[in-house]
This record gives sequence, C-alpha cells and structure tokens, in this order.
Amino acid sequence: MVRVQVGALRQVVPDSLAFCWTIVRDDENMADAELELEFVAAEVACRGCGQQSEIESRWSVACPRCQSADVAVVRGEEFLVTSVDVT
Amino acid sequence: MGRFHRHDDGTQHDHEHDHEHDHGDHRGYATGTERIEVLEAIFAENDNRAEINRTAFESNGIRALNLMSSPGSGKTTVLAGTLDALAGEFAVGIVEGDIATDLDAAKLGGRGAQISLLNTSNGFGGECHLDASMVHRALDGLDLPALDLVIIENVGNLVCPAEFDVGEHAKAMVYSVTEGEDKPLKYPVMFRSVDVLLLNKIDLIPHLDADVDTYISRVREVNPGARILPVSARTGEGMNEWFDWLREFARPR
Repeated sequence: MVRVQVGALRQVVPDSLAFCWTIVRDDENMADAELELEFVAAEVACRGCGQQSEIESRWSVACPRCQSADVAVVRGEEFLVTSVDVT
Repeated sequence: MGRFHRHDDGTQHDHEHDHEHDHGDHRGYATGTERIEVLEAIFAENDNRAEINRTAFESNGIRALNLMSSPGSGKTTVLAGTLDALAGEFAVGIVEGDIATDLDAAKLGGRGAQISLLNTSNGFGGECHLDASMVHRALDGLDLPALDLVIIENVGNLVCPAEFDVGEHAKAMVYSVTEGEDKPLKYPVMFRSVDVLLLNKIDLIPHLDADVDTYISRVREVNPGARILPVSARTGEGMNEWFDWLREFARPR
C-alpha cells in the first residue's frame, strides 16, 4: 500500500494516476499493491481580512470571504508519498 | 528495493535494502505489515536537479528565466525582438525547447546569442515540457562563463511546464490575445506560477471582441501579483517595457 497526498492546486488527475498505477503494479508483478490517494483541499490565508479559508473555486485562489487576491496558499499544493506499507 | 539518492558530496547511487532495521513496536500488526513514513515530494528528484542548475547559473553570475506559453503565442518572435534589442548589452544564452525541429533555433540564430537546442524527441512525439535534467543537459551546449542571462524557451504548452522547476530565477509567459480572454481561468496553475506576463499580439485587438483590460483583469483573478506587459512583438509596441524588465532582471547581484 502506497499513500499519496494530492493537493487541489496540483494538475494531477486522480483517475489517470490510479490507472497508471495498475499498469506499473502489474508490470512489477505486485498484483496486490494498492494506491491510496488522499485529496487535500486548497486553503488560503488572506492578508486583507486575516481569515484562513478553504477555497471552492476551480481557478481563483482569491479569499472567499472578502474576495481579496492578496492571499498565501496554505494547503493544496501537496504531491507527496506520505507512507508505504510493506508486508 | 533500490533507492536512488544523493550525498552531500554530490555522488549518487542506489542501495539494496538488505539489512535489518528496528522499526519499533509492531505488536499491533498481526498481519506482519509495517508502515514506513515517507513524506517525500514526488517532484523531489526534479527539484534537486533544478537546484544543481541554479547553482551552475549562480556560480557563473547568470540570471535564468523560464519562458512559457501555449503553442503559437509568439514566444519566438518575442525572443527574436529581444535579442535584436539587447544582445549588444549583455551576453544571452537561449535554451530552445521544442518537441521536434530546429525551426525556432534557426529563427533565433545570427542575433548575437548562444543557442542550445533541446528537442524532447527524436522523430515522433516527445515530452510536452522541459524538466530540470533536460535543461541540465542543454547547458552543455552553452559557454556559461561567457553569459549574463539565460532564457529557457519551454515547450509550447499551458499545463505541464508549470509544474517543473528547471533552475530558473523567475518564470515568464507569453499570452496572446488570440488565445481568448478565458485562458487564465482554464489554466490557472500556469498563470499563477509566473512573475511576469507578456500580453502579446495587442495589434490584433481591433479584430477581437475583448479589450486589453478584460485580458488583464482575467489574469489578475488568478495572479494578482504578476507584472503584466501588453505588447506586440510584431509591431514593437510595448516592447521597451519588457526590455526594461529584463535589464533589471539580468542585473548582476
């Protein structure tokens, strides 16, 4: 089992990643190996209103409370292998 | 299982993982499974190599710019005009990334810059972006000690190039008005990644349905901090602001 974190702001397509995993897994003769994708929602800290909030927009990282674009991305850019289970 | 890694002295190799470890208390794991915390960025290997490129640039007093765009936005025309204006002021090297052909390299030849062509394929298809190790290879084609500025012309593509650090000090993009004013919203990762954006082909605005301000406000929605420079590489309009930006960027530091 390999656990991977994927942030909402990365251009990673979960279905494609899962599909490619099955090819690599079979090629490596590890038919039982699983991939677990953990999706991380994007979150921004706004310098305008001081609030930290999750964003739902597909394109804009502007603060959903005050619409300010002066924000720092706190989460959502992850693309990490977090852990591996070895049997 | 081999694991590729690098030591502080620059050597790198794989290890067979064949020795015994004590991984703590496993009494809870009746299945004999152990969990290994990794927390490693999937881009770590690229980022390490990008750092090697950056060090190579800096040890030669070079500033490096990663220039990205969609295909046909006018990157090469912008670069041709840039070399004509600036090649006498500082020594420029171009890493010319393309899937195939040397057409762009030929277009930029004879304008006073060193050019290293980097085709991502030999013949049919190829990578849609440049990564740090490809750029590292292309640097062999440049005489780095003689250069002040390296511009890496990425493969025309609004998606993948945004994800790969190649060792640059800033990212720039060319966005032409004929691509449509909705592109920043459709390719937000690319538009958000850049420090400076050339809004190109503004000489064609009279033939389009949107004005320059509309394009600028769409870019601002995804990237409020970028420097936006409306230009026409064809007529030369606005290009002086771009040259000034580059002069400041290329200033030795």
